[in-house]
Parts: sequence; structure tokens; C-alpha cells
Amino acid sequence: MATSIKKLPDTEQVLSGNGACGGCPATMALRIVGKALGSNAIMLLTPSCSVASMGMTPKLGYNWPCINITFASAGSSASGITHAVEIMKEKGRLQGELPTVFSWVGDGGTYDIGFQALSAAAERNDNMIHFCYNNEAYSNTGVQRSGATPRGSFTTTTPTGKRQPKKNMALLMMEHNIPYVATATVAYPGDLYDKVVKAKNIPGMKYIEILAPCYLGWQFDMPETVQMSRMAVRSGAWLLWEAENGKISFNNPSSHIISGKKDPAPVDEYVMKQGRFNRLLKGPDATQRIAEIQGDIDREIAFMRERAKITI
Amino acid sequence: MKAAQVIMDTGTHAAALAVKSARVDVVPGYPITPQTSIMEAIADMVENGELNARFIPVEGEHSVLAAAVAASAAGARVFTATSANGLLYMHEVLHMASGGRLPVVMCNVNRGVFAPWTLWADHQDSFAQRDTGWIQYHCSSNQEVFNTILQAFRVAEQINIPVMVNFDGFAISHCLMPLTLPPQEDIDRFLPPHKPEWRLDPANPSSFSNVTMAAEYATFRQMLSDDIMASIPLVKQAAQEYKDITGMWDGDTIDTYRLEDAEVVAFAVNSMAAELRLSIDILREQGIKAGLLRPRLYLPFPADDIISALPQNAQVMVLDRNYNYGHPGGILASELKNVLFGRRNDITVKNRVMGIGGIDLTRRFMAAEIRAMMDE
Repeated sequence: MATSIKKLPDTEQVLSGNGACGGCPATMALRIVGKALGSNAIMLLTPSCSVASMGMTPKLGYNWPCINITFASAGSSASGITHAVEIMKEKGRLQGELPTVFSWVGDGGTYDIGFQALSAAAERNDNMIHFCYNNEAYSNTGVQRSGATPRGSFTTTTPTGKRQPKKNMALLMMEHNIPYVATATVAYPGDLYDKVVKAKNIPGMKYIEILAPCYLGWQFDMPETVQMSRMAVRSGAWLLWEAENGKISFNNPSSHIISGKKDPAPVDEYVMKQGRFNRLLKGPDATQRIAEIQGDIDREIAFMRERAKITI
Repeated sequence: MKAAQVIMDTGTHAAALAVKSARVDVVPGYPITPQTSIMEAIADMVENGELNARFIPVEGEHSVLAAAVAASAAGARVFTATSANGLLYMHEVLHMASGGRLPVVMCNVNRGVFAPWTLWADHQDSFAQRDTGWIQYHCSSNQEVFNTILQAFRVAEQINIPVMVNFDGFAISHCLMPLTLPPQEDIDRFLPPHKPEWRLDPANPSSFSNVTMAAEYATFRQMLSDDIMASIPLVKQAAQEYKDITGMWDGDTIDTYRLEDAEVVAFAVNSMAAELRLSIDILREQGIKAGLLRPRLYLPFPADDIISALPQNAQVMVLDRNYNYGHPGGILASELKNVLFGRRNDITVKNRVMGIGGIDLTRRFMAAEIRAMMDE
């Protein structure tokens, strides 16, 4: 059982007052992450919503030292910091416990421009947590397509809906043989919290991806962030899982979908609620395109079910 | 007191020994000819315990500098090295290093840039980074490479500006020359441990390089511009104190040879300027009053020192190992004319581009070129 939201620590690392949109899932998720990490951490960000909303220089809405680095570089820059603090500690120039070095990066900075540096940091197994808050588009620049944008989704650069499926980034990270990978989303805060606590105590590279339904990009009503997050999981469009040393286990309620105990909710309701998809319904090929979305989800569930059976 | 040790060494290995003497903390690296052997030597020193530092073998030069700036922001003393296209690939992060006021020191082993492909030296790579806000030294011997890296760390950490130490591929990087290694305690006296005014510190959370409004942005940029100019006295002081401690001198912002009474002045950087001393001797034997002015510092361009060093009515022959595309000739000539204009109207400037892609520049060839330029 995941930790109850009522049992989460009262400490806050996301301070009151920042520039995020109402209902911003990234900020919501970061708040939970902060409760798990505590204050002894160094945060890296790449240009994204979480930088744009953190406060203007020199003010800061997060209770960590934060560095905004070049867009392609979360993986390599986090390596630089983690090696720097470790060697300075070894040389006696830093006292006390080593801070947790973590990156807080969107899907653009993870799936696309940041992929190379992140892949290399994972291959080196450098000691850090890379968080991807995945809103499935370049939301900060006004919602353009990314490698995380699902098929069928309208963005400003896919004006008739994206034609390709998204890639399974968390699985790609797991295939780097890193000690810990997890997926999460804001509707399941206890699950996210537990995963961050676990990651914090594992040395080496940890990757946690958080589905972050963005009302602006996904085109739903601002107060429905958490509901949308829950619907993504219930429909199987987002699977909650974690992998320690390459062994995958699924978390509730995704575990029931994988085991076949429970059927995923049909994708229609999830799609209908979101402007980014429901524009498809106006097209002459609406049936086929909704079927493609469902097909991608079904394929991913089936694939992950089989992949999890490999425990070498 | 221990005596200095003299060995035979290559330019790249001399650089690695300087890095070791500087007691760096973090070195991210990626191979590229002709720089690679610096990284190999440092990786070896870290592995065998000679150097207590972290070597991070990253996956490309953009990441090299991204790791370097972040490690520097965390408070570490950081070194890296690159060449040619590696330096071009870093371009975005060069701006972050200077704008972020992070005192990284980097060697660039000069090499012509792609395309077409060449392995050998010219100066297009470093000169193309002119506007990135880095201090740039250009060195003409293995010893100067060693000495300059130590001076570079001192200047960088005094004024929080990154410093690039350039030297030619192969002519310097791969050639053996005598190298004097001062005792470590002398180097420690010259280069104290890095104590950054600010670092990423959970006990004192602050933001680094997030959004600014125009007024703050403009202030940051103005400060960078002012401080780059203000580094000139620090460069001089570092050279002087290094000399006081080790007895070695490569010039400070400039280096000169037989310049005092010269009527014809050769003006060039890097290894060709070392060879030019011999060209000057040839010209002197021919009865030409020739001399050499080598800017050791390319950025900030040492305008005042050049202006006060040039003899009255001299003809300055600028030998550029690069192109200033869109203008005839090379970049150094353009820089020189820029500072002379309105201040030294007695000086004539002539310019030739040579040695591109590593074409050999012998003393006789350059002496003949200078003679030919006199008749132009």
C-alpha cells in the first residue's frame, strides 16, 4: 500500500507564491517530491515551465539551490554537480551529508533535446535522480509536439493530430541497466512519494517519470488536473510501474490492468474530455483515429506485461 | 627549498601536468584530435591516484562543458580541453560559462574546422569564439602552456570569468620540448585553493541563471563586459607573480622580440610566433630592422600594451592563420586596425593569411613573406 496522502510530511520545499498556472501538475508533483527529498538537495532545471514559474532572478519559489542549465544538458550537468560534491566531500571541503542531486526536467528536455546527455549519464550510472515531468508536449513554448506526445494529439506543430505513437522513455531508461526506474502521476501522490523516498536511498542513476496533465496543452478545465491524471491511469494510457535492477513490478491500479483482473476503462471518455484529442472526432476518419489511440494503449499494456516477465 | 625539475615533454602532457599541479577537482572530457592525449593523461592520473579528482567521460563536447559549468557552480575547480569542432559544439555553453561567471579553465588545441576535414592547426576555432565572453590566451611553447594554465586558474577565479588557453595542434601538442616543472609548494603558493564566493549550497538556497527582466539582464551583461576589460591588470599581475615565484616569463598580455628599434614588426600568435623569432633574426641579418609583437592575450585584446609597444612609424605585418570571412585577410589584422584607428595613425598595417589547415610555416618562408609585404 502506498503511503496515505494524510501521512505525508508537513514540510514544504515548494514555497507559496510562484508563477505556475492554476492546477499545474508539475508544481503539484514537485511539492510531493519535495516532501520526500527534504531540503538537502541541489536542483537542476532546463528551460521549461518550472523555470518560467520559479520566480524572477534572484527570487526563488523552491527551497533548494537551483541551477537553470542549457536545454540539452540535464544529464551531463547533474553528473558535473554530483561528482563535484562527492570529491569536495572526499577532500574535506564539504561537511555533513551529501545533498541529493536531482534534475527536474520536462519531456522535451528528457525525450528529445536532453536524451543524449541523459542516456550517457545513465550509462555511467552517475549518482542522481532525473525527474521527467511529462506533460506530453512543449507546454512552455505554447504546446508543440514532443517525442512524448501521444498519437492523435493536436499541438501547434501537429495541426491535424500527431501521426506517430510516443516512445516508452521509462523503459528505454531501464534498458540502460540503471538501479531504479519508476513512473508516477499526480493522482497517486502516495505512490509518487514512496518512489522518491526509495530512489533517494539508492546510489547511482534513478529515473522517475511523472505524467503531468497540463490543462493548457491537453485542453481541459483547470480544476480537473487530478481527475485527468486518474483517467489516464484507469484507461491504461499511463501505467504505474517501477523497476529495481531491471525487475519490473506494477503498482495499483495499473497492476490490476496488467494482471487482467480489471479491464482498462475504454479510452473514449479520456479522449472526449480533452480538446487535444476530441478535435479528431470532427474529422471524417474519426473512428479510425480513435481506434489508433486505443490500439497504442492496448499494445503498450500487452508489451509491458510481457516485458515484465523477463527477469534475467 | 626543492629545485625545479626539467623533463622532455609534449604540449598536451605539459597541459595535463599543469592540471595536476593546479589540484583540480573535476575534469569532464571527450576525445578529439589533437587534444585527446590531455584527457588520456588526466584519466590515467586520476585512475592511478596521482591526481585526487573526478574524471567524467561524457558523451560529447556540449556535455563536456555542461558538466564543467555545473561542477564549477557546485564550487569545484574544473578543467577541460577540446579542439576545433568540439569547441564549436560547445558554443552555447561557452556563453553560459561566462554569463554564469563560472571560472572554468579550458585548453583548446587549435585545429582547422570542418568542412572539409583537416586535422592540423589553424586558428579559426578559437577566434570564432571571440564574442562568447571568455578570456583567451594563445601560447607559443610547451612551457608556456604549462605556465599559462596555472596563471589562467588564478585569473579566472579572481574575476569569475572562464579562461581558454589555446595552443597549436601538433606543432605544440605533439612535439617534445624541454619542460621545467617548478616544485609543487611553489605552485601552491602561486595558486591558492579555490574559494568561490558563491556555490550551489542547500544551506543557502538561491537561484542560478533563471529568468531576469531586461534591466537585470543588461546589468549582468554590462558587468561581464566591464570585468573582461578589468582582467588585464590581473593577467599582468599573475604573469609577474608567477615569474617572481618560478623565475619563468612568457610575456604578460604581449610578448616581444627585438621590438625596440624595429621598423618592420611581425604580429602573430601561437607556435608561428615562436618560429617568427628566427625569421626576425634572418631579416636582421639582411639588414632589415625587424621585430616581433605576439599578443599572448587575444581577449581582452591588449590594446594599450600594443599601442605603447609599437615603435614610431612601424610597418606591422600581421600574419593571420585564420580568415575573417566577409573581409579581406584575417581576424588579427582587423582587431589590430580597430585599436590603432585614431590612436596611432603613424602605423601601417599589412596582412597575409597563411598556414591554414597546418601548412608548414618555416622561418625562411615567413621571412620571405614579410620581405614581400614590405614591397606591397
